[in-house]
Amino acid sequence: MFWAIGTYAPAAFLGHFTVFVLACFIGYMVVWNVTPSLHTPLMSVTNAVSSIVVIGALVQVAPPLTHGVRLHDWIRWLAAGGIVLTSINMFGGFAVTRRMLAMFRK
Amino acid sequence: MSASLTTIAYIGATILFILSLGGLSHPESARRGNFYGMVGMALAVLATIFGPAVTAQGLGWIVAAMVAGAAIGLVAARKVQMTQMPELVALMHSLVGLAATLVGYASYIDPASSAALAGAERVIHHAEIYVGIFIGMLTFAGSLVAFGKLSGRLGGKPLLLPARHALNVVALLLAAWFGMQFLRADTTEHGLLSLAAMTIVALLLGVHMVMAIGGADMPVVVSMLNSYSGWAAAATGFMLSNDLLIVTGALVGSSGAILSYIMCRAMNRNFFSVIAGGFGAASGQGKAGAGQPGGEVSAIGAAETAELLRDANDVIIVPGYGMAVAQAQHTVFEITRLLRDKGVNVRFAIHPVAGRMPGHMNVLLAEAKIPYDIVLEMDEINGDFPAAHVAMVIGANDTVNPAATDDPDSPIAGMPVLEVWKARTSIVMKRSMGSGYAGVDNPLFYKDNNKMLFGDAKAMLDEVLVALKTAA
Repeated sequence: MFWAIGTYAPAAFLGHFTVFVLACFIGYMVVWNVTPSLHTPLMSVTNAVSSIVVIGALVQVAPPLTHGVRLHDWIRWLAAGGIVLTSINMFGGFAVTRRMLAMFRK
Repeated sequence: MSASLTTIAYIGATILFILSLGGLSHPESARRGNFYGMVGMALAVLATIFGPAVTAQGLGWIVAAMVAGAAIGLVAARKVQMTQMPELVALMHSLVGLAATLVGYASYIDPASSAALAGAERVIHHAEIYVGIFIGMLTFAGSLVAFGKLSGRLGGKPLLLPARHALNVVALLLAAWFGMQFLRADTTEHGLLSLAAMTIVALLLGVHMVMAIGGADMPVVVSMLNSYSGWAAAATGFMLSNDLLIVTGALVGSSGAILSYIMCRAMNRNFFSVIAGGFGAASGQGKAGAGQPGGEVSAIGAAETAELLRDANDVIIVPGYGMAVAQAQHTVFEITRLLRDKGVNVRFAIHPVAGRMPGHMNVLLAEAKIPYDIVLEMDEINGDFPAAHVAMVIGANDTVNPAATDDPDSPIAGMPVLEVWKARTSIVMKRSMGSGYAGVDNPLFYKDNNKMLFGDAKAMLDEVLVALKTAA
């Protein structure tokens, strides 16, 4: 698979692909160090963090128009829907993680 | 804010996210870790809003959408019971999946996003959109079904359609075929048609995959969907050529994958056999006749249990999900405090798959104010059972089944278990003699040094507590 990617993919894609592979390794290293007693908070915090998808929605709400008028107004509605969904996750995820972690006392 | 400044802010956010996960290595640093996560997210969102990709006319939309989402999220976070955490997490995974799907569609419709691309770059960009929507929809559908199962809205029994493996393969092939059509599409409308067809296939595949998995395997499913939601974010990152999304998605994805692996190992099951589904229904029944353990069950009452606990110096409590269902954890805390005040060494032994998601039991015990330093993992405490005077099992069954180590024919053979039968006396609190999730008979109940305390865990423990108090 790596060979196929190396043969056909353009340079821009390879840059992102490098970042992706390295990030997988960092994730692997970091998560093995997480104590099993905190696996539930780990899931809720990773869940909150994955609401970073919001950036994908944010850049589509009102980008600067270089190609004239936008064809479809409902791109904006799709993006706004995405922002609502990810915001539920973002605020809810961090808040519930905080609530859980506050319970862990000696 | 210039594009370069935004990128620098993204690098800062990436580091904060890594620190956030790293903080979870210890309960004390975890609170700080969660804070880093919030700061990182705020940084990333603000840098994007004030960055070059968002113009002023979008601000109103963004603020309105975020306020609406935040209100729902904060209320949900405050209201949720700790026993419901798995449902909440599953529901939130589905939101990430759906958001990734929406972003994918918006990105495809937007002519500006691919106008500058040609040749291989255009094909790759479209393939990224396609894969992103596929994973997003799969995550959405699967998580929604998992939510239904965990919250009891759907039955826990696996749905076993005939030729279900073939159905999954057909769905994947269909998705691949629509993918080819999509890449060849000459107009946006034709492309949208293929995209919509694939979205439906992904939806059905996600529903079917999780429907086929039994209640006992839910911890694996929740971890797996956690992983998927990460990959969905990473795919969105590729689609938008945004490294922050790629890194964060990869972090979340590998985290979920590791959790799935840990859960599978704790049940001695292969990841693919879990995903293929079907466990928790029929398996084990064929063996029930052959593996019938001999011996008699000896039952005891609450007063005798209190006596055993009072005379012990070293007590290990093994909680299972049954304890949480009976809402007995607060009584367990009272008993623990009483015994500890009398100088008894009380500890808790947690099996990795206790509860409905990884680490669920630890949260439930923490909520009941049980100090986390006496709550130990299976590997840490299994060697201490021979020295324990009393091992008290509350609402657990398969995770303390000696058949897993003794009987090579048992359906759960090879699964690591808590060796409570090595304690001087073991007490099992159970509602009845029924078998656990795996449907396997438990020879522990027939051992000479094992006593059964039948009844509702909360009611029985309340009686034990009263007996302990009056004697003290």
